[in-house]
Amino acid sequence: MRTLLLRSLFAKPVTVPAPRPDALPPSTEDPLLAELGKALEMRTRKLFGRSITIREVDAGSCNGCELEIHALNNSIYDIERFGMKFAASPRHCDVLLVTGPVTHNMRVALERTYAAMPEPKWVVAAGDCAAGCGVFAQSYATVGGVDSVVPVDLVIPGCPPKPIDLLKGLLTLMEKAVGATKP
Amino acid sequence: MMAMLTGRERLAELLANRAPVAGHKPWPRYEVDSHAWTAVAQALGEGGGDLLGLWGEKDNVHLALRVAGEPRPCVVSVRTRTSDFPSVGRFHPPALRLERALRDLYGFAPLGIPDRRPWLDHGAWGMRAPLGSRPPAARRDPAGYEFLPVNGQGLHQIPVGPVHAGIIEPGHFRFTVNGETVARLEERLGYVHRGVDGLLTDTDIEPAARVIARISGDSTVAYSFAYARAVEEALDVDPPPRAKVLRGIMAELERLANHLGDIGAICNDAAFALIHAHTGIFRERVLAATDRAFNHRLMMDRIVPGGTEDAAPGAPRALQQMIEELEAPFAEIVRLYDDTPSLQDRTCNTGFVGKELVERWAAGGFVGRASGRSFDARRDLPYAPYDEAKFEVPVLDRGDVDARVWIRIREAEQSIALLKRWLDDIPNGDTRVSLPKFEGTREGIAMTEAFRGDVLVWVRILDGRIVRCHARDASWFQWPLLEAAIEGNIVADFPLCNKSFNCSYAGADL
Repeated sequence: MRTLLLRSLFAKPVTVPAPRPDALPPSTEDPLLAELGKALEMRTRKLFGRSITIREVDAGSCNGCELEIHALNNSIYDIERFGMKFAASPRHCDVLLVTGPVTHNMRVALERTYAAMPEPKWVVAAGDCAAGCGVFAQSYATVGGVDSVVPVDLVIPGCPPKPIDLLKGLLTLMEKAVGATKP
Repeated sequence: MMAMLTGRERLAELLANRAPVAGHKPWPRYEVDSHAWTAVAQALGEGGGDLLGLWGEKDNVHLALRVAGEPRPCVVSVRTRTSDFPSVGRFHPPALRLERALRDLYGFAPLGIPDRRPWLDHGAWGMRAPLGSRPPAARRDPAGYEFLPVNGQGLHQIPVGPVHAGIIEPGHFRFTVNGETVARLEERLGYVHRGVDGLLTDTDIEPAARVIARISGDSTVAYSFAYARAVEEALDVDPPPRAKVLRGIMAELERLANHLGDIGAICNDAAFALIHAHTGIFRERVLAATDRAFNHRLMMDRIVPGGTEDAAPGAPRALQQMIEELEAPFAEIVRLYDDTPSLQDRTCNTGFVGKELVERWAAGGFVGRASGRSFDARRDLPYAPYDEAKFEVPVLDRGDVDARVWIRIREAEQSIALLKRWLDDIPNGDTRVSLPKFEGTREGIAMTEAFRGDVLVWVRILDGRIVRCHARDASWFQWPLLEAAIEGNIVADFPLCNKSFNCSYAGADL
């Protein structure tokens, strides 16, 4: 244990550098509007402290997406450095991160989780199944993509999406959320 | 002991001198009448052999089994008469959930089944028997499920799920507790039922492969491996030597990545986050290397019937380097686990499962091997490239969380040793042969060892098309034992026990 702690004093961090958020719609060139936008951003940052809390729901995934979402918490991706963390209760959360093709057997649980979240809230559909184009789309047991059950704000494609893509997507959402929140 | 011998002998006798169905490979398949079927079920119940799978198709129910001590398993099939067949679960409880699933999917009635509750059908499909006659059905309240009654003074219940606290698959656990002590745990699963058996009926070989690879994402390599072998057995195909070794490399990388993740997660559930932090980095290093080598972190869709997708040009070196950098720090973490009494205080004697139960349920993987059941498909039903490889199958008999951690540690070490040997000497040449066109019906079956235990895949092909394919996850025979493992433990130790089993929800919900 001692050697381990000692070594950690000299070791370099293993964390990957922050990815750039996915391209956002180009901001207006109008300096006045830009000013306004900045003020708004300041207010919302005050409101949220640039921090979002995420509730993850597997609504029928093969668990591949969960493995990669799990990885966001490891020291390499370290999602908490961006002010994002996963929480157990939907009542504490701003973002619902959903995977899977939404099975009929999970539909009610997903609806209830969404309903339990306070406003304002955002929904991210992670993975091809959640986007509605996975291999389970044509089945009696699935409802369809996440947007057929709850409104979706962002889709992160991939089978499964890599942790770095999930991180990019969530950062994009955070930028979007900061821009869109009504003061 | 006498009863066990009788069951085994009776089973062997029942199957002797029968003519197997033509074109089923590599194990024989026998069509039997309902009397013989019942006798087989009784013999299984007396400990005569292992139940390896139970699945249905239109008008037929199939049962894969291995007579105790016999090198080769076999399949027994019975025709349903006006949609009923004699229950196996009546004599052999490991078949119960499989039969309940069969009833929900096909509308078959297992005669004499002691548990008549639905399993996969939560009343949300708008129909019954989606793979059978599909009569419309009114939707039911998904929470309306009759849990087994528990009576006694001072008992109360804790319902958990389907949405759990962490980033986990969904399922419902109903705990009945007395103070802090769990008197009974009952699982209710099926939430991630995606209709896999339906998608694996009447389809083509390639789309079926994509579904198979997504039954349980953490075992995607093992599933694709089993499916490819089953199809190859049916169609008499021998993949190229390079593909065989690449398959072994991918399967061991998958095992290594999962074991590393599990070891850390178990320690994390015992409030020892340090090990989790380190194994998280190890796991990530393995996946980064697999991504470079096979262009996919989980190696999905890399193994296909006929061979594999080829590895990237620099693959061996990238993987060798990863392993070189992993070995010493991993050994240090293992030492840390071994030297931390506060951690062992949580893992030792927690979540005990006895040998009798794992043998009766034929529980594979670390669940079986930590409780004294020495079975590993790689060694006991050998397939390429394991048939020519040397490796050990660690077995312990303590049956607790600690033993399941140690089995993973030892298996990770074995995986590293296998990888080092294979990476030194990957044969050159093609990685894929095209599948021949066959007329008529062909059937194939294969079992591979996934990180959590054996995966079985059976396939029937008619004129190059999949008539029916079925995959059975190891979790079917491990989930019920988790209910036994937690009995008498405290509620707070459930995450620890659950993680030490790490059963697949998706794999068993299908």
